[in-house]
Amino acid sequence: MSLEDLREELSKVVEPSAILPRDYEKNGCLLEIRTGADQVVAIAQAARAADFFLESITAADFTNGPQVIYHFNSYGKVSRAQVRVQLSRGDSIPSISNLYDAALWHEREVFDLFGIRFDNHPDLRRILLPEDADFHPLLKDYGKVHAFRGTEEIYDN
Amino acid sequence: MTTEMLEPITEQTYYLNMGPQHPSTHGVLRLFLKLDGEYIIEADPIIGYGHRGHEKMAESHFYEQFLPNSSRMDYLSGLLFNHGYVAAVEKMAGIEVPPRAEYIRVISAELNRISSHLLWFGTYVMDLGGFTPFLYSFDDRENILDILDRISGSRLTYSYCRMGGVAKDIDEEFIRATRSFIQRLRSRWDDYHNLVTKNVIFIHRAKDVGVINRELALRFGCTGPILRAAGVAYDIRRAEPYSVYPELDFEIPTGTQGDALDRYMVRLQEMEQSLRIIEQALDRLPEGPIKAAVPHKVRPPKGDYYFAVESARGALGFYIVSDGTPYPYRLRARVPSFGNLQVLTDVLPGTLVADTISILGSIDIVVPEVDR
Repeated sequence: MSLEDLREELSKVVEPSAILPRDYEKNGCLLEIRTGADQVVAIAQAARAADFFLESITAADFTNGPQVIYHFNSYGKVSRAQVRVQLSRGDSIPSISNLYDAALWHEREVFDLFGIRFDNHPDLRRILLPEDADFHPLLKDYGKVHAFRGTEEIYDN
Repeated sequence: MTTEMLEPITEQTYYLNMGPQHPSTHGVLRLFLKLDGEYIIEADPIIGYGHRGHEKMAESHFYEQFLPNSSRMDYLSGLLFNHGYVAAVEKMAGIEVPPRAEYIRVISAELNRISSHLLWFGTYVMDLGGFTPFLYSFDDRENILDILDRISGSRLTYSYCRMGGVAKDIDEEFIRATRSFIQRLRSRWDDYHNLVTKNVIFIHRAKDVGVINRELALRFGCTGPILRAAGVAYDIRRAEPYSVYPELDFEIPTGTQGDALDRYMVRLQEMEQSLRIIEQALDRLPEGPIKAAVPHKVRPPKGDYYFAVESARGALGFYIVSDGTPYPYRLRARVPSFGNLQVLTDVLPGTLVADTISILGSIDIVVPEVDR
């Protein structure tokens, strides 16, 4: 359940060049994977095999489409891994709820607040907002926000 | 879901809404239970009654303006949320906090952790039918509220931390009151154990009830006392040390099998460890400034950052995406009770309705924190 275990499991499913080291002091994470929606399940499987727990699933809205962000961590020394998945507007993403039960609610929350659909989720309904709500409040075109930017304005690469 | 209830009843099961107004749910939580007699077949916690959209609010406020929101997520351990939030922004913006301020933060945060656990102790035992311990623990908790009131000006929803330090310095009177409180609470442990821990009714209600083992906790992302009761010594204060915790000596209490009694014992022992932390921090309290010079508006550099602290209920994380302006582009609070509550969907089926009260109480959720 260490970072090395995760690296080993990940190297079976993604290109080693896709696993980017991150500076814990600067980012709070030790490694990051930027990938497409098709790899999410394989990465979650690797994290599960490395005995990691799912810390959080969240999203952020950008002009070039929303981004879904996963955090995996272990119950030992800090080994947080971040997975960022760039989607186009209207895209859906596979659910990882058959691997992590925690994802059942996290994915419902992302669906509720961002309107991102998760394929194969057994019970994708609103969780925080009333079931008859017709909006997704954390999208940047809803309500009062300071800015609506593209990913290239925030991330260098 | 409601249409199911309108169909003709052909089976022996029925549905029961426990909540949203129920004395044991401590907030507006609804448990939608499918029952067969007194046994639970399915449990679906319905949350969101207290959703205020803190994460959306953050996107139109300065980093400093969002500070009071943080303590209103989990109103029972507001200072820990305060600490987590400011520390996240400070790390992002590269602000160095003076050592005295870090020590004051740790002292006040640990006092807050004890007050949260004391409230849990009182209400949990009250849920199980024992009224007297509630009066004892609230009497002790009142002392903490008075002490924190003195420095922060509030008794529940504190906004005591500031970017780069704390709002107000502590004085001799605060130190004296805290030290005498430590003595007082230590003298109370025997009363607590005699009243509750050794009570045979309590033991029957808590032992072997609601077992959450490591495997289950990992699947649901449980953290905090629930996880430690299952024997995993995972505490953010040790796993990814922050503030001055690496300099302080304390233990991580763990349980063995992860039932309600283990969770109870872990929290009681944690209070004693928090007292130890406060004692050491008071002994080592350095002189110096309590606030770093920070710009009027903090502008963290572009990029994203994840920072975690140990709240009274488990791992609290703030994930912030900054676009270089004084406004967070995206702020996400990963709250511990979210996963800790979800585990009920797996733990409750097969148990009795009466045990639901015991299990829910032993998990110690704060619903406004789940809902945000």
